[in-house]
Amino acid sequence: MSEVQELIVNMGPQHPSTHGVLRLIVHLDGEVVTKVVPDLGYLHRGLEKLAENKTYAQFLPVTDRLDYLAAISNNLAYCLAVEKLLGLNVPKRASYIRVVLAELTRIVSHLVWLATHALDLGAFTPFLYCFRERELLLDIFESYCGSRLTTTAFRIGGVPKDIDNNIRQKIEEFINIFPSKLNEYESLLTNNKIWLERTMNVGVISAADAINYSLSGPCLRGSGVEWDIRRTEPYCVYNELDFSIPTGRGIGDTYDRYLVRLEEMKQSNGIVKQALEKMPEGKLMADDPRVVPPTKDKVNTTIESLIHHFHIMSEGFNPPIGEVYQSIEAPKGELGFYIISDGSPKPYRMKIRTPSFANLQVIGKMCENNTMVADVVAIVGTLDIVLGEIDR
Amino acid sequence: MSKQEIIETIKAKFAGVIEEVDDTLDLTVRIKKDGILDVCRFIHDAEGLDFDYLTDICGVDYPERQPRFDVVYHLYSIDKKHRIRIKAAIGENESISSVESVWKAANWFEREAYDMLGIMFDNHSDLRRILLPEDWKGHPLRKDYPLVTNVGEKWLEEKLRTHVPV
Repeated sequence: MSEVQELIVNMGPQHPSTHGVLRLIVHLDGEVVTKVVPDLGYLHRGLEKLAENKTYAQFLPVTDRLDYLAAISNNLAYCLAVEKLLGLNVPKRASYIRVVLAELTRIVSHLVWLATHALDLGAFTPFLYCFRERELLLDIFESYCGSRLTTTAFRIGGVPKDIDNNIRQKIEEFINIFPSKLNEYESLLTNNKIWLERTMNVGVISAADAINYSLSGPCLRGSGVEWDIRRTEPYCVYNELDFSIPTGRGIGDTYDRYLVRLEEMKQSNGIVKQALEKMPEGKLMADDPRVVPPTKDKVNTTIESLIHHFHIMSEGFNPPIGEVYQSIEAPKGELGFYIISDGSPKPYRMKIRTPSFANLQVIGKMCENNTMVADVVAIVGTLDIVLGEIDR
Repeated sequence: MSKQEIIETIKAKFAGVIEEVDDTLDLTVRIKKDGILDVCRFIHDAEGLDFDYLTDICGVDYPERQPRFDVVYHLYSIDKKHRIRIKAAIGENESISSVESVWKAANWFEREAYDMLGIMFDNHSDLRRILLPEDWKGHPLRKDYPLVTNVGEKWLEEKLRTHVPV
């Protein structure tokens, strides 16, 4: 008899299906996975340390680099946290603009997830379709704030720019065609036999386990838990908008999470439509000269405004002493900022609670029960992780 | 449950453990570090509280203060939809009980607090560094760890010098 030995396979950090620089050490017995040990940190840039050495406004562009596929969501969570600390009230129109862009970001993020997830499992066409629509959305972001990925789309206290008729028209064009595009994706995958074989009963996680492992976002809702921060703790103007929270079939497998994310894209499309209709006229920035710099035309014409602007930009502002935790429903789950302020222009400590970090932890649990090595790829894809926000 | 009721419920059970309560912005309870596991298990299981969701664990460094660190737990209840923040102070050479037996998610959060601040957790199943390499020296989120250093370059040089290809 020859000796039976456990095989250890190193997956990543440069493996394309790990969606970034994730390294998995996979223990195999034949083709069956016995253990998966993730090794993180290849993208660690010390953003939390950096936050302690930057003023509140200076850190805003850094938040783009967390979940770089959904930068606008990160901007939103950070701005809301600082505004909560300052006690700022954001104008209604600005909140609506934030909702429109945040929901378009959710669609972008889910499109990249669908594209890469399907590609990993052998379906090439959805990849091309999804990136085709993503391009339209990135164009909208570009015309709004000048950049496509690292957007810095919001400011503490509001938004820097209005959604004018040109951008509104582009968004309306997109939301009118998008439902038919969603049907295209569904026609390729939802009843596709290969897709069903690869996703059904793969990576099953029960609702109780999902809560105990602190899953959030579509990973939690895929297990049948109807929890969405937009509904339970509405921020911006989500309490004025009508949307439903999809929960899949309640099994908690990869196919459920696929259904949840597809339905979420449909809901986001509806939210954008409502928000554009309901958007009131009004100001874009909060009225608080301690935090909000004067407008550019004032800066260019009066010396007082120039000094005021310079003061805020170079020295920052002093928020009250205290601590806040503010979270939002980012495309991947609960994204929260915990800020401790000691009254100086720089945060004393900032902890960023990112959804991918908590969601990835469950991979060991999901790979139990005779998971095949090829299913590890499906499980990594279904968790929808971005290493930028895991490693920070 | 209102903030006040949550405080009353915890106080009724753990009068001696609670040091301070603050509900100006978010509900915050500061407790003695030895009581952390009992308090966590209680508020996880207790009817009406149901803090079944561990949002986050992180450490905070106050170098001028004794004891030096704070461990901050953010908890949520999926069912009751309320939040609480629990804080426990811990000294530089002390350790605190792991809450992994209550919430499995605590595993990685505690590893991160250990990695970034050097906070030790008792009865943790796998207390290793998580983001930094295992042979890294120092804990970068401590206030006395400089922002700009050449520690990384030195570490890499050492690695390249001693690296033996398999």
